[in-house]
Amino acid sequence: MTEIVMDQTPPILQGPSDKERKYDRQLRLWAASGQAALESANILLVNSGAGTVGVETLKNLILPGIGRFVIHDNALVDEADLGVNFFLDDTCYGKPRAQCLASLLGELNPEVDGDWSPKTKNDSLGSLLKQSPLFTAIMYTYPINHVELETLEQYSKEHKTPLIAIHSTGFYSYFTFRLPGTFPIVDTHPDETATTDLRLLSPWPELVEFANTMTKDIDSLDNFEHGHLPYVVILLHYLNKWKATHNGTYPSTYKEKMEFRQLVRDAARTDNPEGGEENFDEAAAAVLKTVAPFSLPSGLKEVFEYEHKDPIQERSTFWIIADAVKAFYTKHGSLPLPGNVPDMKAQSKVYVQLQNIYKAKARKDAAEVLQTAQAIAGTGREMDPAEVDLFCKNAAFVKLINVEGGGDTAPLGNKERLQQVLRQEMANDQVAEMTLQPMSLFPIYLALRGLAHCGNASSDKTQIVEAVQSLLSDNLSSEEYGDLNEKLGNVAEDLARAEYGELHNISALTGGMVAQEMIKIITKQYIPIDNTCVFDGIRSRTQVFHV
Amino acid sequence: MSSPEVLPDSEAKRWKYLNNVRTRPGAFVDPEEFDGSTVVENMDKIKIFGAGGLGCEILKNLALSGFKDISVIDMDTIDISNLNRQFLFRHADVGKFKAEVAAKFVERRVKGVKITPYNCKIQDFDEDFYQQFQIVVCGLDSIEARRWINATLVNMANCENPDSMKPLIDGGTEGFKGQARVILPTMGSCIECQLDMHAPRAAVPLCTLASIPRQPEHCIEWAHVIAWDKEKPFPQLDKDDPEHITWLYQKALERAKEFNISGVTYSLTQGVVKNIIPAIAATNSVIAAACCNEALKIASSCAPFLGTPGEGEPNYMMYSGNDSIYTYTFKHEQKEDCPVCGMTARVLKVNPTWTLEELIESFATLPEAQLKKPSVRAEGKTLYMQLPPNLEEQTRPNLEKTLEQLGLTEGTELAVTDPAFVGVVFNFSLKFA
Repeated sequence: MTEIVMDQTPPILQGPSDKERKYDRQLRLWAASGQAALESANILLVNSGAGTVGVETLKNLILPGIGRFVIHDNALVDEADLGVNFFLDDTCYGKPRAQCLASLLGELNPEVDGDWSPKTKNDSLGSLLKQSPLFTAIMYTYPINHVELETLEQYSKEHKTPLIAIHSTGFYSYFTFRLPGTFPIVDTHPDETATTDLRLLSPWPELVEFANTMTKDIDSLDNFEHGHLPYVVILLHYLNKWKATHNGTYPSTYKEKMEFRQLVRDAARTDNPEGGEENFDEAAAAVLKTVAPFSLPSGLKEVFEYEHKDPIQERSTFWIIADAVKAFYTKHGSLPLPGNVPDMKAQSKVYVQLQNIYKAKARKDAAEVLQTAQAIAGTGREMDPAEVDLFCKNAAFVKLINVEGGGDTAPLGNKERLQQVLRQEMANDQVAEMTLQPMSLFPIYLALRGLAHCGNASSDKTQIVEAVQSLLSDNLSSEEYGDLNEKLGNVAEDLARAEYGELHNISALTGGMVAQEMIKIITKQYIPIDNTCVFDGIRSRTQVFHV
Repeated sequence: MSSPEVLPDSEAKRWKYLNNVRTRPGAFVDPEEFDGSTVVENMDKIKIFGAGGLGCEILKNLALSGFKDISVIDMDTIDISNLNRQFLFRHADVGKFKAEVAAKFVERRVKGVKITPYNCKIQDFDEDFYQQFQIVVCGLDSIEARRWINATLVNMANCENPDSMKPLIDGGTEGFKGQARVILPTMGSCIECQLDMHAPRAAVPLCTLASIPRQPEHCIEWAHVIAWDKEKPFPQLDKDDPEHITWLYQKALERAKEFNISGVTYSLTQGVVKNIIPAIAATNSVIAAACCNEALKIASSCAPFLGTPGEGEPNYMMYSGNDSIYTYTFKHEQKEDCPVCGMTARVLKVNPTWTLEELIESFATLPEAQLKKPSVRAEGKTLYMQLPPNLEEQTRPNLEKTLEQLGLTEGTELAVTDPAFVGVVFNFSLKFA
């Protein structure tokens, strides 16, 4: 019996490799392409203070397999480190903290290269940056000294490197992503239910013919055939019927859609054991979502309307493809068809045929976009069909992060911008108070900025509040300050007890979020925050701000 | 083996950052009600236990939060696919027990902490065992296990004995999403009250698998459920055996070819058969830390915690990280008719012409019951018992009778038990449709 079975079971040749097995759970999120991007990433951490939050972030990047990391940390390991940082032990006393961290973090994943700095008195952050291979992203934690911060900002400007600031003290934390320019994401991984684009209101000839063939004698179909009509076909058939009795128009008002839905429901046969037909239930359930006129999604609109500063030759392939899709849209009044069809009750053969009709149209549209893109790019640049396909499939969900310029928005990070956000948040709070919604976490962000401004562990509540006031400058009215000071005062008081120290849980949580965001930026999948996330460990809440 | 005693002076230096916060009231706790001088001593004595896939993160976090007496329960052994996030384990540890390896690692790394591992299921222990703990932190990977520990703790809770009320902190993740919640047994919403937050996934209808497959998943499920049963290539399906998965994969591939369906891969086969949920270190970090943060606040009282009893006080945090970062922290209300912690019976809509068998089968898919092997009694009379075998045989004839025939009327109260939840009685009140 065993022998027979051995003959029948093919060898596990096409089974996964060790690496694929190790990374299986994450490959299901970002696939081999995302993994390849991670494995090419070179990450620098400039560590300081209690030194934990950046290390917890690195842990969550090393485990999934980034290519390389470097830790720059001027501290020597002391007793207090052992009560907060998991990646140090008591053999590390007095040693360079960077060295011990690199070693214990390195154990997490033998496939990742690690290094540390400064190794000698002559090594500085500046010399590290000069000698090291280009960094994919750099993160630093507070209390970083301002000379090193300036060095990082210089490097980031020169090499267009994403810079991530992280601050974790007591029960509070925030982190900010400074990206080198407008950052487009194509592979946003929208919810499955959102991605259905069936084009029922603008079917193309092949789809029309298919549906007509299946439904031309719909009433004389036997129960099996009738009960296995794909709902796409059912809706197309009844939309035609509606058009014929409504002057060639489709249902548009809510009332009309309800009427149409009832029309479809009434068409189901009930003289059977189930008392109805599942495919007709599916059709009725799909009416509101699919009988809807097309409108250009806001994310894509922003892409189409983006004002470039660089000439075409310097733009990334994303923008070239975007231009080609824009041309497609201008010409046809619709986007390239994504081509997926949701599952539905149908005979296998029929379903596959329907799927192929959608796939064929999608391929045709993508081919047209590719041709246009190639024409825009010119002869010097080869456009990648796979990249065009990805864009076409995801066109409705494309997103721009960190859009530069843009109307009256003050430059990120400066006083005017802080005041703008603060005013907006205080206004939101007034509404929130009345509607029993949670309050803004912006005072936490300000308090942490204020603490960093003070720069030392003995900062008390008053000093932190004064530092925030100087950050915001004098343009706020005393009434506005009054409003802010109460909320700010509580946060500052709670912060002060921590004496600039980190709580492990808060740093571990923040490290999880920062790593997640870095993975999105590196893999260019899923939608990153834009651009600052604050965590309130008292109430267990986060909030994202654009500062 | 415990690590060498750390000198008190260096203890103070070592735990400086933690003590600065946990021994001071901060801005949100009334300083009159807070005694910082006893916090460290109290927390040193607390027995806390953690379990589940978030275990590595939970152990690390609890050890660095000042807990000194930690127990960990896990029946699993280490698999290579754990290594991308369960960071206390290395390649060389594959095959060993998780609880043991994790406990040893953290004890060595964080001196002064005692960690007691148990290589078994949480269900292998009874109330007497759990009585010793003050706080329970769970990162389990099944709803059943969660419901079990919840029912156990709620059953133990007696408001006349404060020591019997043990906070249950529960966390779970799926890809970029997760939740952390705090349950104070009997004092607020419990896991059973919150069952509607985890709707069971609809199974693919048998007729789709058998005759009209359309998706690669249908072909795989067909191989898993129908072909395997028919051909029995191995005596017992082992979902972790690559040879078994390969067999299913090839069978699914053949079927897909027959119906012209594309997309069957080894990875998808594994995913469907094992119901694999994607998982990464980052999300696990967030959720485990959120849970342990609450444990620290509960143990020290140094700040308000999730699950504080009271009007409008949140007890549940939902986290989502795939599209920007969102948390939704809210209060899930206790249900009066919760079968585990509620006072009243839950209304069950039934048809009096149903047979007892049909009623019993419906308990499995009912979202507010989800009981797979229920035994039923009605107002003192035994209707059907799954166990023991002689009682099952005796009550079997009742299965064919209709509810009407059995004398059940509108308002009859049913007492339902299930071997997965020893000691819990699910009370339902019949409402005839």
